[in-house]
Amino acid sequence: MRIRNDILIVGAGLAGMRAAIAAAETSRQLSIAVLAKTYPIRCHSVCAEGGTAAVLREGDSFDLHAWDTIKGSDFLADQDAVEFFVKEMPKEILRLDNWGCPWSRTEDGKIAQRAFGGHSFDRTVFAADRTGFHEVHTLYERMVSYPNITRFDEYFMTSLVIENGEVKGLTAIDLRNGELVLFEAKAIIMATGGAGRLYGFTTYSHQVTGDGLAVAYRAGVPLKDMEFFQFHPTGLIPSGILMTEACRGEGGYLKNRDGERFMQKYAPEKMELAPRDLVSRSMWTEIIEGRGLESPYGPYIALDLTHLGEERINERLPLIRDAAIKFAGVDPVEEPIPVRPVAHYTMGGIHANIDCETPVKGLYAAGEAACISIHGANRLGSNSTAECLVFGRVAGEKAAEYALRKSYYPSVKAFDEEEKRIASLFREKGDESAYQIKTELNETMDKNLWIFRDESGLMEAVRKIRELKERYDNISVEDKSKTFNTDLTFAIEVGYMLDLAEVVALGALKRKESRGAHYRTDYPRRDDDNWLKHTLAYYTEDGPKFDYLPVTITKWQPVERKY
Amino acid sequence: MEEKVKNIIFRIKRFDGEKSYWSDFVVPAQKGMTVLEGLFYIKATYDGSLSFRASCRMGICGSCAVKINYKPKLACETQILHLNSSKIKIEPLDNFKVLKDLITEFEGFFAKHETVRPYLIRRDDNYAEPVELIQKPKELHAYYDFTLCIKCGACVSVCPAASTREDYLGPAAMVAAYRFNADSRDEGKDFRLAAICSDGGVWRCHFAAECSEVCPKNIEPAKAIQKLRFQSAIYAIKKALKGW
Repeated sequence: MRIRNDILIVGAGLAGMRAAIAAAETSRQLSIAVLAKTYPIRCHSVCAEGGTAAVLREGDSFDLHAWDTIKGSDFLADQDAVEFFVKEMPKEILRLDNWGCPWSRTEDGKIAQRAFGGHSFDRTVFAADRTGFHEVHTLYERMVSYPNITRFDEYFMTSLVIENGEVKGLTAIDLRNGELVLFEAKAIIMATGGAGRLYGFTTYSHQVTGDGLAVAYRAGVPLKDMEFFQFHPTGLIPSGILMTEACRGEGGYLKNRDGERFMQKYAPEKMELAPRDLVSRSMWTEIIEGRGLESPYGPYIALDLTHLGEERINERLPLIRDAAIKFAGVDPVEEPIPVRPVAHYTMGGIHANIDCETPVKGLYAAGEAACISIHGANRLGSNSTAECLVFGRVAGEKAAEYALRKSYYPSVKAFDEEEKRIASLFREKGDESAYQIKTELNETMDKNLWIFRDESGLMEAVRKIRELKERYDNISVEDKSKTFNTDLTFAIEVGYMLDLAEVVALGALKRKESRGAHYRTDYPRRDDDNWLKHTLAYYTEDGPKFDYLPVTITKWQPVERKY
Repeated sequence: MEEKVKNIIFRIKRFDGEKSYWSDFVVPAQKGMTVLEGLFYIKATYDGSLSFRASCRMGICGSCAVKINYKPKLACETQILHLNSSKIKIEPLDNFKVLKDLITEFEGFFAKHETVRPYLIRRDDNYAEPVELIQKPKELHAYYDFTLCIKCGACVSVCPAASTREDYLGPAAMVAAYRFNADSRDEGKDFRLAAICSDGGVWRCHFAAECSEVCPKNIEPAKAIQKLRFQSAIYAIKKALKGW
């Protein structure tokens, strides 16, 4: 089956839905399709908790937001993109207000803002501690009001068709009946999120397996800065569920086994509200040096909110209280929450410029799937939902303009080959299990590509990932059915993750410096002379080929990063 | 500090497109392990074909509502040992067509949600130049609880009206309608009430209030429906007077 649209958006989270709305606002004549492997409101963006950064009030400024972001990025962010991003943000907050987002309010009814790590002004707009959830629902509700947006819910992407440097379409399995469908489009936007399930201990939803990144990569689109993975300081143990940075933004403390607020040793000025890379390293150091608290799930750090009082916790952090009680049996009003740093965000992604254009004509990327790059080596909290809104809009508008200019539909001659490939996938009875391979991949990532890295660990990771890739060729898929074959889609996802893990590990091995979230114990300093550059990884049959790209600097020269 | 492991039998209702049957699996459960983790364990260990929906595993995406020991619950936030039984019965939600195993058809559910115009309607809607609207905390609280619906379908699965009439909009759609009607920024109440007063609308509710009982987010759909009935009555009188 073939389905033809002007614009096809893959992924229905914050970036994807914002792109769809922007495209529909640009022209009511365009046919816009949104395709995702889940229903839109089941996307991972609903898990964003703390807030969205924007300059709204007197005392704050675009330059200050840009500087905080660039310093937070350890100077790897492209400064032209950051300057553009901060200026576009306020309107996005107001649009969501006008579309019904239940923003938390000040007493006089204005949009409220709270403190967040690495920001030197209280500029984080929030909707209690369910910001992503409310933003997603608001965009979804707005999206259904446009007649020229069609949804393809529960379609699983398998490949991207690019011919002569131009995007033509993609193939996806209709999960309801197992049929492979060819989607042809003038423009395609990848908004499929990050790749966090590479890790075992993670805040990510189960479905965040980097599908868009892997499919684009395999089709020849370079991935940028994949070695930079963010570890959020506060993941609930043992599940890894996110305990928002807003816990500390609202005044929460981090304490070690001696009850000491140890951040005074590492970031005397910002304390618990230093950027995430720094806080996570500090916590991990406390744990390694034996000052963590003990639990059946290993050592942890105490996130103490007890002094905030029940009323404030209920008003500002209701989800946190509910989740801590339900998943850890701990009421934060009464006792500290047990937490540990946790894999949380993919700074890298599909190489894209400030207009969300990839090197392939007609192919755009936005949100966590893209690397534009405004986060560089370390993202500040509340800048990711913000990025989805600004660059989702940009991608939608640019794709719409492109589609309006383009007079003809691309035509994919045949997709029999992809049909055959999918039909034959794992039909041979091998003795390997995709589930076992995924478990071993997670263990390797959690061990060797964690907060502190070194050459021997990284080489071990590369060796292990390659071994897993070989074993992967020998897996079998038990389920032979057509309807909701989640056994098959799981196996395909594991294949995607193995390709991405190889890029992450090799990129990390090659980058012989410490910058932002990428910390090498054997190269503990930032090295601007050799490494003030972006990594680009290109797919080849024998593994990734690497290239590098200069960082765009406008106003701010790199300086030592202190908090 | 070794945790005690208890073997629990998961008795799961299956459907392969043609026939339904039951499968039993043994899950070694320890403190903190959720029913969803049990399902993943089964899929990875015994039977890769077991199909269920899951995503966030923190009770916010609404994917994994299933019937656990006869009650609709989110599998991700139900701890196995808290159920206090050595056998756990897991079935797909009632009042939804089963597609495969625990996966049910949600197309109709989302289509109904759309019919109530679940979005803010304002005459001065200006995409290019949005302005900050003022909403006092009290006005926010008037509707906030009803924004928390994750659309998991638990309410619809226990609704007696939904089980007898396929065209009944159902509690989740009603919550969405009330949420916007009660928002001080909204000007689209009458549009929504037109849909709500239709044949499959608010008057079909039997007031069993089962929906409020089972909602994992403690929203009270029954309360929203009650308030909508009041709004609908006024709307109907207004319309009659206008026509008169």
